[in-house]
Amino acid sequence: MRKEILISGFGGQGVILASVILGRAAAVYEGLYAVQTQSYGPESRGGASRAEVVISDEPIDYPKTLHPDYAIFFSQEAYQKYLSQLKEGAVLILERDLIPRRNEEVEKNLNLKVYALPLTEIAEETTGLSLTMNILTLGFFVALTGIVSREAIEKAVLDAVPKGTEQINLKALHKGFELGEKALKGEL
Amino acid sequence: MKYPFPVGKSDFIQGDEAIARAAILAGCSFYAGYPITPASEIFEAMALYMPLVDGVSIQMEDELASIAAIIGASWAGAKAMTATSGPGFSLMMENLGYAIMTETPIVVVDVQRSGPSTGQPTLAAQGDVMQAIWGTHGDHSLIVLTPATVQEAFDMTIRAFNLAEKYRTPVILLTDAEVGHMRERVNIPNPEDIELVYRKLPANEEEAKYPFGDIHGDLIPPMPIFGKGYRTYVTGLTHDERGRPRTVDAEIHRKLVERIVNKIERNKEDIIDFEIFELDDADVAIVSYGIVARSAIRAVKMLRNEGVKAGLLKLNVVWPFDFEMIEKVAERVHAIYVPEMNLGQLYHLVKEGANGKARVELIPKIGGEVHTPQEIVKAVKRCEKCI
Repeated sequence: MRKEILISGFGGQGVILASVILGRAAAVYEGLYAVQTQSYGPESRGGASRAEVVISDEPIDYPKTLHPDYAIFFSQEAYQKYLSQLKEGAVLILERDLIPRRNEEVEKNLNLKVYALPLTEIAEETTGLSLTMNILTLGFFVALTGIVSREAIEKAVLDAVPKGTEQINLKALHKGFELGEKALKGEL
Repeated sequence: MKYPFPVGKSDFIQGDEAIARAAILAGCSFYAGYPITPASEIFEAMALYMPLVDGVSIQMEDELASIAAIIGASWAGAKAMTATSGPGFSLMMENLGYAIMTETPIVVVDVQRSGPSTGQPTLAAQGDVMQAIWGTHGDHSLIVLTPATVQEAFDMTIRAFNLAEKYRTPVILLTDAEVGHMRERVNIPNPEDIELVYRKLPANEEEAKYPFGDIHGDLIPPMPIFGKGYRTYVTGLTHDERGRPRTVDAEIHRKLVERIVNKIERNKEDIIDFEIFELDDADVAIVSYGIVARSAIRAVKMLRNEGVKAGLLKLNVVWPFDFEMIEKVAERVHAIYVPEMNLGQLYHLVKEGANGKARVELIPKIGGEVHTPQEIVKAVKRCEKCI
């Protein structure tokens, strides 16, 4: 079971942190194998940010994503750059408000399952902080795909977020779970 | 002793962080460095941890001073380490030779990035292989380890310290930006389960007189520690068994330099480490090391699915080099492929080892990205067709 996840957006959105938390949940709390890699330019904020997680039940040889089974895009640039790399039938989560231009032809040809939500807006409504968007998205992703358990991702979130922000991040995560459940029931 | 990170359990950390934690568990108590991408995380971790384990982590003015400082610390009895990347590694070459000539146990980590010069700071490469082996001038030998995973980065760091202490030599941990920055699970053992090696000390005043003499017949002289009551000369000049400069006597020079080379070469069997995968019935072999070996494993699986009997020899130590083993592999296959993130370095050693018994082909790649398994498969199949 090798699963490849690609997360991309711009620096400052918490792309890398989300990937680290996901990898940690799989490797430390699920006993799976996981590799997290990232690519970044010299600029830390505003530049393109891309992180990859490979999760498997056996040791991982090639550590990068080739044709992601899952992708999460937070920017128009990420969408345009990586959409065509996705595996046929991949699950794609989009920050709807930041990706106004979509390529329906590619989405259809690749038979993608697309979930486009105003993730930043929902995060802000839920916690009052738009920067919890990455954690909220993780919750959505985990509830939707079951790639790791909710307990595992919750523990990994608590390991990774700064002291004093645990409750606010858990709130965002749980809102993500709730949205994921809705999506599974076709209620989104 | 209390450790500033969890021990006896697993964690999900970067290769650089794993190297720092392993160094501390190996008994490293002195770190000197100068920040550089992609090795800075090692320094950051050392700066955080060292004060908590009664060790020292110091930022020097440059990489020349960094390696000089750890050589001094080692003579004062500490297990010592520095870490850098290509541009800094180049600056360390002079004192690396000094450490070899003075038989000083140190660990130097080179987290390779793409060069030459400042090149592509955030991207990986394997362009420093020959430099790690031959970068410093003069006849010499040393030990170069090449991890491919974060767990290997951890394990090989401990091994690097043990080999440095055992053979009284610098050991290079040659990794790269991919392994340094990637996060994986690392099983961090309980400290009491880690086997540690400490340098041989002079048993008495008589032994301490010969800090550069083969007094035990194992080519490794006991190393006196500064401040322990013995008077010791340490010099990069050619020296006699007592450490006194003797710079025009050919016999003294030959004896010293040959011993320094032979203490590594004659212990190859103890030092060399490799893994084989599907090599037994293979028609073609891939010889690989470091991060690229992971693509190579996948390439072997893919080639086998397509009917090409491929196998992998993954080198965990690239110096000393086992030329004889390569020849044995070459006798059983018709071609050996060497994928490297450079324009051909270890390839030349493999070719020498193969000794004409098999065709040796380079699969080079530069620009910062690891070979994809498909790229290796394609290169192998293209060549296999043209026979």
